[in-house]
Amino acid sequence: MPWQPIPVREFRLIETTGLRKSYRKKTTRRSGEDPTVDAVRGIDLSVAAGEIYGFLGPNGAGKTTTLRMLATLIRPDGGRARIAGADLFTDPAGVRRRIGYVAQGGGTTDNVSAREELVLQARMYGAGKPRAVRAAEDALKAFELGEFGDRPCVTYSGGQRRRVDIALGVIHQPRVLFLDEPTVGLDPASRAHVWAEVRRLRTEGMTVVVTTHYLDEADALCDRVAIVDHGRVVAEGTPEALKREISGDVVLVGLDAGEGAAERAARVLRPQPYLHRLEPDGDGGLRLYLDDGAAAIPQLLRALDASGLTPGTVQLQRPSLDDVFLARTGRSLRQS
Amino acid sequence: MKLARDTWLVFQRQLLLMIRTPVWIAVGIIQPVFYLLLFAPLLKKVLAPDGASSYADAYQVYVPGLLAVLCIFGGLFTGFSLLGELKAGIIERSRVTPVSRLALLLGRALREMVALLVQAVLITLIALPFGLRVSPLNLLLAYLLLGLLALMTSAISYGIALMVPTDAAMAPVVNTIAQPIALLSGVLLPLTLAPDWLQQLARWNPFYWAVEGMRALFSGHAGDSAVWQGLLVVVVMTALAVYWSARLFSTRVR
Repeated sequence: MPWQPIPVREFRLIETTGLRKSYRKKTTRRSGEDPTVDAVRGIDLSVAAGEIYGFLGPNGAGKTTTLRMLATLIRPDGGRARIAGADLFTDPAGVRRRIGYVAQGGGTTDNVSAREELVLQARMYGAGKPRAVRAAEDALKAFELGEFGDRPCVTYSGGQRRRVDIALGVIHQPRVLFLDEPTVGLDPASRAHVWAEVRRLRTEGMTVVVTTHYLDEADALCDRVAIVDHGRVVAEGTPEALKREISGDVVLVGLDAGEGAAERAARVLRPQPYLHRLEPDGDGGLRLYLDDGAAAIPQLLRALDASGLTPGTVQLQRPSLDDVFLARTGRSLRQS
Repeated sequence: MKLARDTWLVFQRQLLLMIRTPVWIAVGIIQPVFYLLLFAPLLKKVLAPDGASSYADAYQVYVPGLLAVLCIFGGLFTGFSLLGELKAGIIERSRVTPVSRLALLLGRALREMVALLVQAVLITLIALPFGLRVSPLNLLLAYLLLGLLALMTSAISYGIALMVPTDAAMAPVVNTIAQPIALLSGVLLPLTLAPDWLQQLARWNPFYWAVEGMRALFSGHAGDSAVWQGLLVVVVMTALAVYWSARLFSTRVR
């Protein structure tokens, strides 16, 4: 399907305000603490047609819960949401017709083939048998499943199965596709293949929402990213803009581990005027956030030298989305 | 209309899966045959209080009970297959489609019903050479009763599968439910042997009524009040079980 202009009214394909969900914990009667867990504490989203939009955050941040709410699998406790023109609360059936959803674990049956699954899926979306058979055939071609598409699903590799999962999710050509952690556990080649499929779907006019806890995936695949932590969006924008917010560059300084060298260096560097922020980084390492790394390196080396400190390594880096996460939450995504 | 179509879709897929797992079919046939060949011969004497004076009489009492016991255990244990489907994400995949929620349940329960009816037909056929005699019309009515019973027990089983906190809890829960139901419906030994309080207790068991109804049909007493009573009880209970389970299907998420 070629790119088609989308009516202005529907330009915002997903809009939510204050979407929230809490669960009751199971064993809290004795401990006396608050038995509810706020999985999602009010999420406002606005996703444009044709975007690849990412939820980036650690496990347990509320990404999957948000996605499952948008896919009508969980009823939100509050808030509002419209997806492709259908109201999530008053017209979940309308939402279901317009969206596709692929769960993290997929959902294929071992003893049937991808083709049989695709036909059944198309028929569950209301297609008659001849149309479902054609749709399955088209999907097998488009997702390059032909080679193994008639073997039982139990024989597929992880990457093959993932492609079948995605093909199942879009068999009815939805306006919006939700993908929950689409590349977890895949080898690099299969990952690249999944990314390519997602980009292809976008060029066909689909809007894609993915959750991920991989920084590189959010960076490389998504047009815009919402960084989610503890059930809230803590930052949102294009990966470029988010990284730009982390003023300038990152300089990694490696000092001798132990003997407090890193602490002494931190004391020396903190007052330096060109430094915005300083975080410890592993054993004997410092992570410095500053405007112009190349210009600052000689200055900070002089300052360290004057205090008798000689760094073993100095590296200049562009900020990553992890730096954004660190700046907003005080934790590294890699650690959490 | 959509419900019928969606139910048919789910039913077809479930039937396909069953056919591709021949070991289940083999077990499903062998087990009742064992009951019939290894247990029924004991019954002529035991069933004397029920008026059994020949093997034919004994089979008329025993076969309906055996069919009911198949439904109780076969039906109640069918939820295990749902646990597997829940874990594999198959149910969730269906739930994001516009497919009818009730059809997700009915398609599966009907598959179970068909499987149990096939077993029932086999058992009836095997019992014929032993002297079982039953008129075709009464037999059909008994199968109707049995089919509803299967629908009820599988609906209950799916409901349990959706409710149990962990998969490991399923077996003990189902066993705890199935055992008293089976004992209190007089399927293995007739309740005429039971003391009065046990008989009173059994009257609260819908399966008791179903078994009584089927026995009346197998002995050629289609006009017996036990028949319409059994049918009534089973229709009401099946409707309730399907309603309960369907509600869980549309609201529960795992």
